[in-house]
This record gives sequence, structure tokens and C-alpha cells, in this order.
Amino acid sequence: MLDAIFGRLTWDSIILVQAVEQPNINTFITAGAAAMMPVGGVMIVALLTWMKWWKPLFEWLTSVDHKKIGTMYIIFAVIMLFRGVVEGMLMRANQAVGLNGGFLSSDHFNQLFTTHGTNMIFFVAMPFLFGLINIIVPLQIGARDVAFPRLNQISLGLTAAGGFLFMISLMIGEFSTGGWTGYPSFTGRLVNPGVGPDYYILAIAISGIGSTLTGVNFSVTIYKLRTAGMSFMRMPLFTWTALCTSILLIFAMPPLTACCAMLGLDRFLGFHFFTNDMGGNLMNFINLFWMFGHPEVYILILPAFGVMSEISSTFSGKRLYGYTSIVAATMCIAVLSFTVWLHHFFTMGQSATVNAAFGVATMLIAIPTGVKIYDWLATLWGGRIRFTAPMIYLCGFFVLFTIGGLSGVVLASPTLDYQLHNSQFLVAHFHNVIIPGVLFGILAGIHIWFPKIYGFRLMEGLSRITAFLWAIGFILAFMPLYQTGLMGMTRRTVAYEDPALVPWMIVSGIGALILGCAFLSILLTIFVSVLNRKKLMVPIGDPWDGRSLEWATPAPTPEWNFAVLPKVDCRDAFTDAKAKGTAYQPIEKYEDIEMPANTYYGFIIMIMASGLGFGLVWHMWWLAIASLLGAIATAITYAFLPQKQYIIPAAEVREIDEAWRRSAREGRGITRDDEGNEANQGLARPDNITNP
Amino acid sequence: MSFSIRKSLHPGLNLGEDHGDDRLEAETSVFGFWVFMMSDLVTFGMFFAVFATTMPLACCPGPKELFDLGSVAWQTAFLLASSLTSGMAILTLKQEHASRSASTKKLVFWLLVTVLLGCGFLYREISDFIAMAAAGGPPTRSGYLSALWSLVGLHGLHVTGGLIWCLVIVAGIVVRGVDHRWKLTLLRWAVFWHFLDVVWIAIFSFVFLGGLL
Repeated sequence: MLDAIFGRLTWDSIILVQAVEQPNINTFITAGAAAMMPVGGVMIVALLTWMKWWKPLFEWLTSVDHKKIGTMYIIFAVIMLFRGVVEGMLMRANQAVGLNGGFLSSDHFNQLFTTHGTNMIFFVAMPFLFGLINIIVPLQIGARDVAFPRLNQISLGLTAAGGFLFMISLMIGEFSTGGWTGYPSFTGRLVNPGVGPDYYILAIAISGIGSTLTGVNFSVTIYKLRTAGMSFMRMPLFTWTALCTSILLIFAMPPLTACCAMLGLDRFLGFHFFTNDMGGNLMNFINLFWMFGHPEVYILILPAFGVMSEISSTFSGKRLYGYTSIVAATMCIAVLSFTVWLHHFFTMGQSATVNAAFGVATMLIAIPTGVKIYDWLATLWGGRIRFTAPMIYLCGFFVLFTIGGLSGVVLASPTLDYQLHNSQFLVAHFHNVIIPGVLFGILAGIHIWFPKIYGFRLMEGLSRITAFLWAIGFILAFMPLYQTGLMGMTRRTVAYEDPALVPWMIVSGIGALILGCAFLSILLTIFVSVLNRKKLMVPIGDPWDGRSLEWATPAPTPEWNFAVLPKVDCRDAFTDAKAKGTAYQPIEKYEDIEMPANTYYGFIIMIMASGLGFGLVWHMWWLAIASLLGAIATAITYAFLPQKQYIIPAAEVREIDEAWRRSAREGRGITRDDEGNEANQGLARPDNITNP
Repeated sequence: MSFSIRKSLHPGLNLGEDHGDDRLEAETSVFGFWVFMMSDLVTFGMFFAVFATTMPLACCPGPKELFDLGSVAWQTAFLLASSLTSGMAILTLKQEHASRSASTKKLVFWLLVTVLLGCGFLYREISDFIAMAAAGGPPTRSGYLSALWSLVGLHGLHVTGGLIWCLVIVAGIVVRGVDHRWKLTLLRWAVFWHFLDVVWIAIFSFVFLGGLL
């Protein structure tokens, strides 16, 4: 009877119970992590009750406003980043003392690198970027919301459901030990019948479906909702990269869904897709996974490139050099990214000809990427550069990302790859592109767009310290791994026997410690900035002398974004308007604005998807079936419920918008010298270098 | 939400001028669904690719023992005919439902005929699955059979979903009339239904005919 209710969930599955029954350092670490969740949960509930924030919380959770949904993505990503950084530090600490065995058991270490990878890719990098895209793209194209606001909420709900499964595995049961790539047969039923791989499959499959829908939503938004005059070649570069990322999501997520579904069928129903016997073929999984996995790398890096493009032109006061070539390069990368997946397994026995073809295709990607780097450098040339936090990220990116890209070209050679495959060199390479590339882009993006959404800037000094901490921490933590990789140290190693590796591992461990400080520094920056928000207000909304449409709105941006949808007749429309003096001019006619009302749709789908996943993992079939039927019933019910809209009357819009325009016209504005101090009220005195 | 859309050219059947704003809203909605279908097509493509790499094992029955081409022909006939009737439903929508007051009888008729034909397809498909399992070819016997069952089964699941969706639409237009939301839903459902036809033709020629060659 109990089996029917709880499936294979038993008292011993709960991590805290394990720590009491078998007290040792591994169970204490996991129990400590597991205990943080109920403790944190209680604290959050207490805080919400104390501050009377329950109602605002539900207003957020049910909101379909793209800015709020984007913010929720970013908060989710920051929480997950905390877990990811801690896991990384644990692994580095273990390897620093790992000569002849560290303090972690091998099974615990295997779970750590699996969760660290899965987490950083699916629940940190992607939600961070979706958050930025959500917040900025509609503003940059001059739209009031995305094409499908409710679908957007459902995407967020599915991502959160995946994150829930991922986090609950910390408390109940265990996670996969098969790495973030989860290759069978190691994750197959025969080798690992436990719940770990099931958590892995369901967490990434559910959040993956959410990502597919995000891709659909944003490609349609960018194709269909651009404001009058916003032709493709007038779109800001961030929007271009968001479009390419959306297209990649549409085509790259299905292979992931498919290979997760097949592995699930193998595990749950005894199919033979990837088994060693009965005609199964595990190479099919590896091929499908990397058909997703490689484009995924570009899904992550392209929006970061978009942010870098915005920074290089805005923070040097110049038009972007080689706009057309950057757009073409972005598209080239998007297409090429589908032609290189095999370089992830050169050593798996294909013919030399096949390897050579994929090696050459991989090296080709360096060309469009190089074009972009040169374009950004040329943008800075002769510009009026402000060496503020975003520029520090950009310069760090130039140096470090290029090194990472070059080590990628080394790995792209099949001959060399036979030597470097699965070594620490590879670990160094992909951290070298992901941290200085993706993460720097994300952090810089948050720094420049934070005032747009919340109305105040982040503290400049602290942001600079954060940027330097990330750069230094990264160099110390990962540059040594190139060396240890060349010395023959393999990745995913819990212990090693060569004492020559010890100094490198200790340097790397110190680097990880600095990265931990860098994470805390982000939180500190936000916390101190919130405390000082009165001094950092930028109500006019243009703190950096911005160039694209998002800066032509007040900060914080009202829920309708634009009182009247803007018309565009050139690239860098807002810079043009400021130069001609047409910015902030009064508008004759205001109209009522119709906005979609809040809905519980996404929230309910999130709960149903979490229930489905949890039920499947623990074989609680009643829960899985009830959740699935519940989700279908929800969809049908919402098809019958009227789609509510609410009207913001023209008079209200007029009052707010006219007050803002008036204060912008009457204000004196600041030059770029005062950008970082209190004089910056978000009104820029145009100070633009015209291109020769 | 109202968007200013300059042109109205979307994939799928255009509603035409006399549908007013509904036609403009269909632009974003149907285009979005079309994009989603492309994504779904890649999912099918992956199942096709995996199927193509598997071979029937000597231990277990292969295509010659398992496939009943007569039944598959019936399934094809049912599904193609249902595509035709769904097309009739959408033509009815375009020609007769520009105003809200039009009678929904004809539209509901064509939709129900489509559902009936779809059920015929599913009935024969499920009977075939049962026969295959009885003949010693359940999906757990070999990699080939796993791929076969999953590919055909994935299509069958889509058809089931499409039928439920169609019934929901029928209920909706009976209860609430053919308002602009149900119009958009119908247009998207029609894209979905034709899409399943296209996938079935690939399955028919690639899996069944290809298997028996």
C-alpha cells in the first residue's frame, strides 16, 4: 500500500536522515546543503509575512509583464549561481588536497561535477540570458510586450519546474553521477538503476521544453512586433543576437528533448535505444546530445556578444564599427554551429576523413568570431572611452575570451584532440570561453540595464571591484588547468598520484576562493546600491548616453514601455533623435493602452510539471498521472476562460509621460565626465563622436 | 492586445479581408505556431534518424513478419481523408464565419467528420501495435523495435493530441460561437493536422514501404 503512494521513496532517501545514520564528511556536506533549503524556505516565508510581501509576491508570480518575467529569470539564475559557485569551490578544494585522495568520496565528487555542469548551463547561464533578452528585446524593438505573453510565463514556469527537480535532488535522493552530458550506458538502467539519472533527464527535459517555447516566442516577437521603421538592418545588435539565439533554440532544443525521451524510455520501460545489447547504440545518444550541445554553446555566447557590441559603441560614444559584418558574422556562427557537433567525440572511432571535416568546420567558426573582435576593437579606436565597469568586462573579454577561443582552435585539430580529450586542458578551455565570454557579458549587461528597469544605477566602485575579482579569480582558477591538462591530468578526477600537480592545484584552489568572493561581491554591490538608491536614481532613463530605443523611456520603465510606439528611420535611433533635438518632444495624441492582465496559468503549469517530474522520478505513478491530467485540464480551462485585458486610460498615460518629457526638456543633463556620480539623473548631454 | 501590422501574409490559410481584425491577429498567432511546428519537425527528424541507424535483429521478428501493409494503407487513407475534411472545415470558416451570427452547423460537421476519421486511424494503428506485440515484436525486444514503436508511437500521440484539441474546439464553438479566439485556434489546429499528415507520409514511405522493400 505504501509502495503505491510513495513509489520507491523511503525514509532513507532523505539526505538529512542519511547524515544521522552514517555520519561522515560527505553526508555532512550534503546534509548541510540540504538543510539550507528548509532553513532558507522558513526564512523567506518569515520575511514575506513580516514585510507583508505575500500579495506583491503573487502579483509578480502571476505577471505577464516581460520586465517582471525577465527579473524573475535573473533572480532564479542568481540563486542557482550560488549553488554552482559553491560546488565549484568544493571541487577545487578537494583537488587542492587531492594528492592520493581528497576529503570527498568519489561518488560525492561525481555528483558534484554533474550538478555543477548541469546547473551552470541549464539553470544559470540560460535563465540569465533569457532574463536579459526578456527585459531588453521588446524595449529595443519598440514593442509593449512579447508576442505571446502568457506563453512567456509558461516558459518561466517550466524552467522553474526543472530547477525545482534539480534542487529537490539535493534533499531527497541523489543526482546523476554521469556528468552534465549524461552518457549511457553509465546512465542506463543496468549500471545506475537509482533516481539520479531520472532527476537529470526530467530536470533538463522539462526546462528544455520551456527553452524551446522561449525560442519560438522571441523569434516571433522580433519578426512581427518591430515598431514602424525598425527594419532588420536597423535593429540593435543585442536584438540581432537574441534573434539568432532564438532560432538556435528552436532547432537545437528538440534533439535534447528527443535524446532525453529515449533515455527515459530505456530506463522506465526497458527499451533498447542506448543499451549495450539487443541492438542498442549509445553513439546515437552522444550524437543527439551534441547536436543540441554544440548549438547550445552559441545559444549562450551570442547574446553575450550582443551585450559586448552595445558596450563597445555606447561606452566609447561611437557608432558600432562594421555593423553589417557583425550581423553577418552572427548569422554565420548560428549556421556553422550546427555543423561541428562531432568535435566533442573525435576519439569515438569515426574515420579520419569525418574527423577532419568536422575539425575544419570547427576552425571555420574562428573566422566570424575574429571578425567580431576586430569590429569591437575598431569601434573603440578613437572613441571617447569611459573605463567603467562595463568597459572592464569588455577588456577582460577581449584578452581572456580570445585565449579561450584559441585553445578551442587547438582542440579542433583531431590529432591534438586525441591527446587533449577529457583532460584538464578541456576543462580550462570551456571555462575560459564561458566565464570571460558568457558570464562577463551577462554581468556587464546587468550593470548597464539595471537602472533601466529599477530606476537606479549600481554602485560604480563596487561593480569595478566585482569585475576585477571575476577576472583575477578566473585566471588563477583555470589557467593552471591548461598546464595540468598538458601534464596528463584527466578531467573529473577525485584523486591523483603525481605530486608535481599539487602547486597548480593549490593555485587553482585559491582562484576558486576568489571566484567565491566575486560572487559575494555581486550580492554586496546590489545590496549597497539598494541602500543608496536615492543617490543613484536616474529618473530620466538615459544614464549612459545610450543609442537604442530602450534608453528613450523613463527609468524605471512604465509597464506599457512606450506611451506612443516610436517611429524609427535610422540605426541608433535614440542617438539620432538626441542629435537632432527631437528626443523628449511633446506628443500630441495619447491613446488608451490595452495590456494583458495577470494570470495563474504559468504558475499552475509550473506546479503540474514539478509534480509530473517528481512523480516519475520516484515511481509515484498516481502523482505523475494526476499532474499530467491536471496540466491538460488547465490548458483546456484557460482556452475557455476569457483572456482578460486591462485598459490604461489615455489621460493617465498622458500625465505620467508628459511629466517625464517636461523634466527631460528642462533638465541640463550631464557630460560623460559625471556619468559615475550623483549628478547623473539619467539625462545625457549628447557627446557623440561622429565617425570619419 | 493590438499590434499594428502592416501586411498580413502568414503561412496557413489566410482568413481574407472580410474577417477584419481577426485576420491581422492571425498573422502573429499562426506564424508563431508554424515556427513551433518547425521545432516539432526536428524532434520527428531525430526519431527518424535514430530509426535509420537501427537494423532488425536476427533474434526477433522484422518488418516482413510485423507489418500489415493493408492496415497501413487504411491508416493512410483515413489520415489523408481527415486532412481533406479539416481543409473543408477551414474553408467553411473562411467563407461563412466572417460574421459572428453564422450557423456553426457546417463547421462542426466537418470537424466531427475529421475526428471520426482520426479515430479510425488510431483504431487501426493501435490494433497493429497489439498485433505486433502478439507476434513477438514488443519495443523491449530490440533497438530496431524500440525505434520503430517510438517513431510511430510519437506520431500516434500527436494524432491523439490533435483529436482532443479538435474536440475542445468543437465544444468551444458550440458553447461560445466562432469568436476570434476560436478562429485563431482553428487555424493553428489546421496547421497541426496537415503537419501530421506530412509526417505520416514520411513514416509510410520510409518506415513501412522502406522496411518491406
